[in-house]
Formats: sequence, C-alpha cells, structure tokens
Amino acid sequence: MLKFLIQTVTLIPGDGIGPEISTAVMKIFEAAKAPIQWEERNVTAIKGPGGRWMIPPEAKESMDKNKIGLKGPLKTPIAAGHPSMNLLLRKTFDLYANVRPCVSIEGYKTPYTDVDLVTIRENTEGEYSGIEHLIVDGVVQSIKLITEEASRRIAEYAFEYARNNQRTSVTAVHKANIMRMSDGLFLRKCREVAENYKDVKFTEMYLDTVCLNMVQDPSQFDVLVMPNLYGDILSDLCAGLIGGLGVTPSGNIGAHGVAIFESVHGTAPDIAGKDLANPTALLLSAVMMLRHMGLHGHAKKIETACFDTIREKKVLTKDLGGNSKCSEFTADICRRVQDMD
Amino acid sequence: MMAALTKALKPILGRHLGNTAKVFGAAVNSQRGKPTYTPPPAKYGGRHTVALIPGDGIGPELLNHVRELFRFSCVPVDFEVVHVNSSSTSEDDINNAIMAIRRNGVALKGNIETNHTMPPNHKSRNNLLRTSLDLFANMMHCQSLPGVQTRHKNIDIIIIRENTEGEYSSLEHESVPGVVESLKIITRNNSLRIADYAFKLAREKGRRRVTAVHKANIMKLADGLFLQCCKEVASGYPDIEFDSMIVDNTTMQLVSKPQQFDVMLMPNLYGNVVSNVCAGLVGGPGLVPGANYGRDYAVFETATRNTGKSIANRNIANPTAMLLASCLMLDHLKLHDYANMIRGAILTTMNETRLHTADIGGQGTTSEVVQSIMRIIQSGGPLTTEI
Repeated sequence: MLKFLIQTVTLIPGDGIGPEISTAVMKIFEAAKAPIQWEERNVTAIKGPGGRWMIPPEAKESMDKNKIGLKGPLKTPIAAGHPSMNLLLRKTFDLYANVRPCVSIEGYKTPYTDVDLVTIRENTEGEYSGIEHLIVDGVVQSIKLITEEASRRIAEYAFEYARNNQRTSVTAVHKANIMRMSDGLFLRKCREVAENYKDVKFTEMYLDTVCLNMVQDPSQFDVLVMPNLYGDILSDLCAGLIGGLGVTPSGNIGAHGVAIFESVHGTAPDIAGKDLANPTALLLSAVMMLRHMGLHGHAKKIETACFDTIREKKVLTKDLGGNSKCSEFTADICRRVQDMD
Repeated sequence: MMAALTKALKPILGRHLGNTAKVFGAAVNSQRGKPTYTPPPAKYGGRHTVALIPGDGIGPELLNHVRELFRFSCVPVDFEVVHVNSSSTSEDDINNAIMAIRRNGVALKGNIETNHTMPPNHKSRNNLLRTSLDLFANMMHCQSLPGVQTRHKNIDIIIIRENTEGEYSSLEHESVPGVVESLKIITRNNSLRIADYAFKLAREKGRRRVTAVHKANIMKLADGLFLQCCKEVASGYPDIEFDSMIVDNTTMQLVSKPQQFDVMLMPNLYGNVVSNVCAGLVGGPGLVPGANYGRDYAVFETATRNTGKSIANRNIANPTAMLLASCLMLDHLKLHDYANMIRGAILTTMNETRLHTADIGGQGTTSEVVQSIMRIIQSGGPLTTEI
C-alpha cells in the first residue's frame, strides 16, 4: 500500500458561507483519506508598522511554510479604508497566474455541453494596474501596463501547465491590431516562449474572434493565455458556459512555489449559516489543488464522487436545482468516496 | 396639410416620377423635431451617392453582391468606390476614403485588414476612419432570426458602443525597454454624448431599459466617470429604466440568459467583447449588420468587422450581414420602401434552410442566396431589371 506523506495546507475559510463549505470539503477529504492536514487561518486586514495594510503575520507565515492554500470567499467591505482582501493576498504572495479549468459538468445542464478548456490569466498588471489620473476636469486616463517580465512569466506558466496536463495547444488572446505596443509585447513574449515548447501547438487569436467563436463552438479551444482584463472577462464567460461561479474551480499561482486555490463566488450572506450552500466550487478547487500537489488518485476519486452525485440529481442544493441541504449533499459525496475504496 | 397631401400623392407619384415627391415630403416633414438629426446626405438628380470601401477578404465580393442587388432592384443609389490598400504604409488611401465619405455623407464598407506585426505608427485604418470622422456611436441590433438554429432563442438586444475613445485611443509608449504603457482615455463629453445617444435611441424605438456595462469597481476613475455620466443622462429620461452591470458578470449572464437584456451601453473595448458575444449567440458574424453614426456622417458595415480571409473568394461567405447593413443604409437615406423590400426578401430567404451558407450549418453558396433574394424581390412586383 502506498504511504503518502501528510502535507499541511493552509485553509482560509472566509466569510459568509465560507466556513460551512470549508467544513464540507474537510469532511469529504477525511472520507477520502487524503493525506492532507489543515491549518486554519484568518485573513482580516490589519494595519502594519508604517501604516500599510497587510494580512495577519500568522497567515503569512503559514502560507510561506506550507506553500499551498485553499481559500473560501472573502467579503470586501465598502469604505473600510483598506483595499480588497483578494488584492492584498495577490500582492503579498505575488500571485501572478489565475488558472480556471472549465469543464462541462454532466448532470448540470447548460446550453453548452462540450466545454473543456483552461483560461490562464495574467493577474498582476495589465489594465488592472490601478494607475489612473484625472488629467483635467472631465478627462480621465487609465494606464494599462504590460511588462516583458510579467508577460514572459505567464507565457512560461501557460506552456508548462499545458505540458504537465497533457493539453495540446495554447492560444494567446490579444488585441494587437489596436493596442500595437502593449499587446504586441505580450504576443512577442508568448512567441518566444513557444519556441521552447515545440510539443505544444501555439496559436494567436483576436479577443473578439475568441468571444465570437466561444459562444458558438467552445470545443475548439484548449488552453488560453492572456493579459489581465481579457482574462477576467473570458474566464467569467467560460464559467458561464459550464454553469456559473457556483461550480467553477480556480487556482492562483504565485512566486516561490506558492499556490492558493479558491472558490470565486461571493459570500452569499443571505444563506450563510443555513446549511443551504453549494460546496462544489470549493471542492473542485480543492481537487485542482490535489492535482497540483501530485495526488492524482485522490483527486480523481473525489472529483468522480462529486460529479456522480450531481449526475444522480437526488441530493442537489438549491442553486443546482434541488432542495437538499449542504450537509446532505456532502454526506452523499462522502458515502460515494468511501464506497470507492 | 402639405404633409397630408404628399402622403396621399406618394403611392401614385412613387418611384415613377423619381424622388421629387420624397424630396418634397422630406422638406415638409422637417427633421428638426427628430432627436437623432443629421444633415441630409449627398443627393443629385434624385439619386444618392454613397462612398463604397471594399476593404479586404470577403468585403469586395459581398459589396459586389450589394451593388448587383441594388442595380437589379433599381435602388436610386450610386456608389463611389474608393480602394484602400491595407499593405501600403502611406496614409493616402485612407485619407482619400475619408474625403469621399465627407463628400457623400454616407458610406458602406468592408473591413480593412490590419497587419499587427507592423510598427505602432502604422495605425489601424478602420480606427483612423472612425476617429477622423468622429463616428462616435456604434449601433448593433442583435435579433434572433427565424430559421437559424441557435442555443438561445428570443434575443433582441441593441448594443450601443462608444466608438472613438476608451482603450482604442492608440496612445502607447515604451517607458523603458520592456515596460509598455497604453492609455485608456475616458472623457466626460464623449461619455455624456454616447449616453445621450443611447437614451434617445431607446426612447425612439420604444425600449424599456438601458443597461450600462462597466468595470468601475476596478477602474474607479475611468469607468467611474463613464458610469456617472450615464446616471446623469438617465435622470433626464424617467420613462426609461436604467441599471448597470459589471462586464464579467455581463458576459456570464449573456451566455446563460441573454433574454434579460434590452439596450446595452458601454465604452469601446467592452463593446467589442459584448457585441461579438451577442453576434455569436444569434448565429454568427454573417448575420448581424452594424452602423457607425457621427454627427455628420454614417458608415455601415457588418457588426463584427471580420475580414474573413480564410473564406474570401470561395463563394461561401454569408451575404446577410452586409445586405442587412445596406438596408440600414437605405433607412438612413430615407429610402424606407426599398429597405423594407430587400429586408423582407432576406428574411424570407433565411427561412429556407437549404439556402443557408456554411457558417449557419448549410451548404448554400453566396450567389445562390443572392439569386434567391432577387427572385423574391422580382416576384414582389415592382420594377426590376433582368436577372
């Protein structure tokens, strides 16, 4: 029998439905006997020395030590004086790549049935650099920043991901016909990196053509790599194709081997604490995490159990079209996982 | 009284006495009261002259079909053809085209290819045209067409996109090697202008709701200004509901429930994304016409502005989008009878699945579709030339 080394993972339950879906994931992992030990941490923003907002030092230490994290939804309070928590986490760990595999879920019907693609989005610069100025009254300029370093880094990650996950092609999405210099630089870096990965096919496509073709025939796409804004729009578009943010996993890859996997839906304060939440998104993100850690066997087991439960349609949560509780949904998956052994 | 007289005479005078009745009528029904007033386009001897820019890819062949159809249906429109060579680095060609449009007031164009490996000083010809002529509003009406199989039904969305500034300002620089900045410009004047256009159009067409699409949670100043301008204009139209949606949520909603949208208003880049998504939802780039309106000029083209290099000159391109764009142009020239006749023929042909072109799942050729449209027009009765 293969003995796996128990690895510690930082768990950030989050707000709203965060704690209950995190509990659900922990239960399922226990039932699957995954060699994971959870270290729970909180990430409310605190003011550090020098007046700069930062995440609590215990959370940072834990992440730096464990390198892998799983995060639930975090609320962004309006007018709290500090930037969004997600932004803080991104800056703290230099989470440069946002990866969203979008696969059609059998059993959760959408008009699109053959989606199997991955969007890889550059997450640090581009249109979201936050550099804006009011030049004169009534004229605003917002700066889109593209650097060689960040473009090369994201391109390399995309090709590595394609190679490690047996994907056949990588498509760079751009608008270099209009934004010649910025997207041109991004494209050039992608082309350069493609030279080192001859086993993966590289294509380039305009953003508008991708959008047009995506809603007509999403099966033609494999791995998509792009700058920040296009990535934001396309990754949500693809999430919409498979059923929304409630069933879409997401992972953020950072420098120095840090990776934080998260559910990208909101905190749903209206159903928090009522045992009605759907843990699928967080669970699939956790499965993505297992694959990242090389625990493919456990990942497959849990993923299959989850999809089987959804396909059976007997214990679905309200957002999936049923009226079961979160705990019932979780229990069903746990039972299936245990039956597989 | 004059208006009533002209109205009574119209069917008799009609086309046979040239367009004197229409001119007379037009002079009486002065456009002063109309909210979307533009000066009348070029007209001489009862015939309009329109600039025609063939462009690249499928543009030339589709525009030839338009000319063929107009000639056949005796539409009183003459075309002044201006070629723009997309591979030449000089801007003479595009300047000639712009001059022709200024002369005539109206144009019908194919997409001009932009080679994005050329240096940054070689700007996109299409963009140059739009900004020089200040065609600030891009309007696209996405409707589910009968006879076309799509995943979503009953879509009827009007998309109004700011066409001159935003991310398409072409203002870029390399601060140090390896660090590039691209400026997105949003101004209060242009935002107010486009919002005003959107609300006026919504009211004119009897639409209930305008949704502004933005990303003001991240781009607080730029999109924040745009959103604020939209809100200001909205307050002057209490009969029209106004709401806003963040662009990523918008795309998600579009692929799951597109029927919830009525009129959508947005800055340039989001407009590009949303219009392509909507075009895809109703059946593809071959079906939707687009229009670019400025204060003084109007240019009509296909909504998604594709060159279609891979299907050029193979007689398989779908002529519907370009033909519907030419109908929009006829409406703009106030030649409504011709516009409705051609549009009716196009929609009747669309119902015949064996005449569908490859992009909507059929095996028909471009010429078959155009022939069918001409046959329907001929059987409709009015004067036509020989097929």
